[in-house]
Amino acid sequence: MKKSVKVAGATANYVDERTGAAKWLKKNLTKVFPDHWSFMLGEIALYSFVILLLTGTFLTFWFDPSQREVVYNGSYLPLSGVHMSAAYDSTLHLSFDVRGGLLMRQIHHWAALIFMSAIVAHLFRVFFTGAFRKPREFNWLIGVGLLTFGIVEGFLGYSLPDDLLSGTGIRIAEAILQAIPVVGSYLSFFAFGGAFPGTAFIPRIFIVHVLLLPGLFLALITIHLMLVWYQKHTQYPGPGRTEKNVVGYPLMPVYMAKAGGFFFVVFGVTAFLGAVASINPIWLYGPYTPGQISAGSQPDWYMGWLDGLVRAAPPLETHAFGHTISWNILIPGLIIPGILFTGMALYPFIESWITGDKREHHLLDRPRNAPNRTALGVTSITFILVSLVNGGNDIIATHFHLTINGIMWFTRVGLFVLPPIAFVVTKRICLSLQRADRDLVLHGKETGRLVMMPNGEMLEVHEPLSDAKKWTLTQHQLPEALPAPLPPSATVGLKGKIRARLNRANAVQIPAATLTDLKELGDGHH
Amino acid sequence: MSNQIERFQDPGLPEHVHRNADVDPKAEKRAERQVAVLFLLSAAGTVLTIAAYIFIKSDKYTYLPVMGSTNIQQLFLGIGLTASTLFIGLGAIQWAKKLMPDQEVIAERHEFRSEEADREDFVATLKEYGGSAGLGRRSLIKRSMGVALGLVGLSPLVLLRDTGPLPKKFFETNSWAAGTKLLLDPAGTPIKASDLEVGAVAQVLPELPAGTERTLENTGKDAVLLIRLRPEDFNLDAERLSWTHEGIIAFSKICTHMGCAVALYEQQTHHLLCPCHQSTFDVTRAAKVIFGPAARPLPQLAITVDADGYLVAKQPFTVPVGPSFWERNSSNG
Repeated sequence: MKKSVKVAGATANYVDERTGAAKWLKKNLTKVFPDHWSFMLGEIALYSFVILLLTGTFLTFWFDPSQREVVYNGSYLPLSGVHMSAAYDSTLHLSFDVRGGLLMRQIHHWAALIFMSAIVAHLFRVFFTGAFRKPREFNWLIGVGLLTFGIVEGFLGYSLPDDLLSGTGIRIAEAILQAIPVVGSYLSFFAFGGAFPGTAFIPRIFIVHVLLLPGLFLALITIHLMLVWYQKHTQYPGPGRTEKNVVGYPLMPVYMAKAGGFFFVVFGVTAFLGAVASINPIWLYGPYTPGQISAGSQPDWYMGWLDGLVRAAPPLETHAFGHTISWNILIPGLIIPGILFTGMALYPFIESWITGDKREHHLLDRPRNAPNRTALGVTSITFILVSLVNGGNDIIATHFHLTINGIMWFTRVGLFVLPPIAFVVTKRICLSLQRADRDLVLHGKETGRLVMMPNGEMLEVHEPLSDAKKWTLTQHQLPEALPAPLPPSATVGLKGKIRARLNRANAVQIPAATLTDLKELGDGHH
Repeated sequence: MSNQIERFQDPGLPEHVHRNADVDPKAEKRAERQVAVLFLLSAAGTVLTIAAYIFIKSDKYTYLPVMGSTNIQQLFLGIGLTASTLFIGLGAIQWAKKLMPDQEVIAERHEFRSEEADREDFVATLKEYGGSAGLGRRSLIKRSMGVALGLVGLSPLVLLRDTGPLPKKFFETNSWAAGTKLLLDPAGTPIKASDLEVGAVAQVLPELPAGTERTLENTGKDAVLLIRLRPEDFNLDAERLSWTHEGIIAFSKICTHMGCAVALYEQQTHHLLCPCHQSTFDVTRAAKVIFGPAARPLPQLAITVDADGYLVAKQPFTVPVGPSFWERNSSNG
């Protein structure tokens, strides 16, 4: 026996005698995972989180989270002699005087953008395929939590350098706190340790950014993954795939290599962005002072939609009994995001209430086969996108020679008009795609080959689909795959009527093609 | 003919198709070489990273198209790191795709719901062990425990009270008073009307009493914008007109919406625009809001000149500056 094998065997024996790990590993090393590109989106989020931990730790070795005033005398000459906070000073030091410091800062910032983008893309995948359905509601809730904390974490992160742009962001956050009725000015003073900006804020958000929230992320991600592991991954419908099985490749060796390799690919791509694409060049903004600002002040994209909503708000304030309530801040800054995120968290339960479907689902929906859900998703995305456009209205106005007022009015109207249109259009597209599926199964694929019949008639040859494809396109409407109708007792009263109405709307489907249809067509065909 | 609808049937897993590398030893060797080359490229990337760290000077910049001025060392460190990580990943994936088993396998799922017997056992256990504590019977204990648990969270909440002082009148007050000199920011020098041409804009801060330090907290309330117009451009009532001096009008620079610095002045239209949320104020009409989310005009500072001809405040601001807050009495603007 080779020496290396002997050593490995001895080590394994040592560990197993103390933990019994062999039994667990034997079962789990061969765990089966289904293969699909869209299952990588969550992986990207996970890997960018690891990249964030690694690069973030590097940054903490030099970053000084303090608002103590210092005079800059580093190698970036345009700011020589300028008074600034130690936080800004140390970020400049990182960027210009630490080898690889700028690279790490840029990788960290890019990784944060990728982290948030991957979370959102993963959310879309899970939503549009119905992966949140029973038994995966807990993981949906954890995901909504991760998204929410991710937005906060990102905002706090880019606020740390204490430059003119980030300070402006903090100023706006302070104004939101200050606008909260009754307790606003107290909350602001408690959060900032006194008047804004003060000297307490950067140290406080630093500890939240590097310890509290990352700890929370670690805990939530761990539970998220343990549940994925225990509940086994969902899979797309197809030949051989059922609600009772999972078809794919074993963890060892295929997924170890693929997933492990993919981590390095994500790292490589992020490193490449950090190397060649400048991001958040804080030295151009200067240190924060409340009396100054730069034109084109923009938050990162995951905050941009909120900023866009705030920009679109009409100038509404209530003045009564010597008090002021700023609806122009509260509605776009707190109330609408609150409704959106609560609605998102509750969606799995709402859908199950409407359909009355309490069964486990492991086969994913093709988005077209759940037209209402898909339409609702596109409606929400439309709302957010219109807000996001408005969040960049100044930049868009200058680049496309539009007026800011024009974009703002487009937003104010569009926020109400475009989402419902998106709903109707998406639902129609879904139903049309269902019809197209039906036609495809019954008539086969167009081949583009024209044949002239003896009588001169021109026909296009259609090629019948494979059995596998036919099954994939029709399996969702097997009687056992559809939820039972609501019992009459569930549709009593106003709540029941609403439920029945939504249930009926949800049941609108194009009947999938059946073998009977195909045979009848064959009989009548000439 | 029966009414039974016949549906398409699941044809089951398709037959496994072997890859080139599974059947052709040459293709297998080729795939092996590809993987090895990718891993070696990663190693080369690490060498490049270390070389860039040691041998490239930190202060060398070059101009690259699209990227602009770029630090050469940071660039090569980044390229090296990219290569060292990316190629490990690509190597591993190529290995998995070309050489590792690609036959799909089937694993069974299990229902998560426990067996009925287990569930009944659980309830029985809960009753037996939980019941032995007698929580159901002992309502005194139950209620007092409720009170205790309800209150225990208050201590940490109270302890957070000292995270900051009380705001008191902070939001209502600022450093401007009658006779306060306007100092140019950042020069800190007093300013005369003749220093400003028509169309010019200047940021000023109040001269603070001797011994008072200028802080960012105060600047956040004190910053004022001076704008000089032709006097005939104003569209003000008599009182507000008397607050201007030779066409110079002064406004708080702190946006009444969310406190950003309102710094974009459009000379032709006399509009002031806040770059944060695009609230637009008309300078000729005492900074009335003409667009955007701000609900109140920028407070106007009454100015005049002192004996030496320097611009000074005629009186303090008549309303609190900056964004709204609950305690703000906005009935008079």
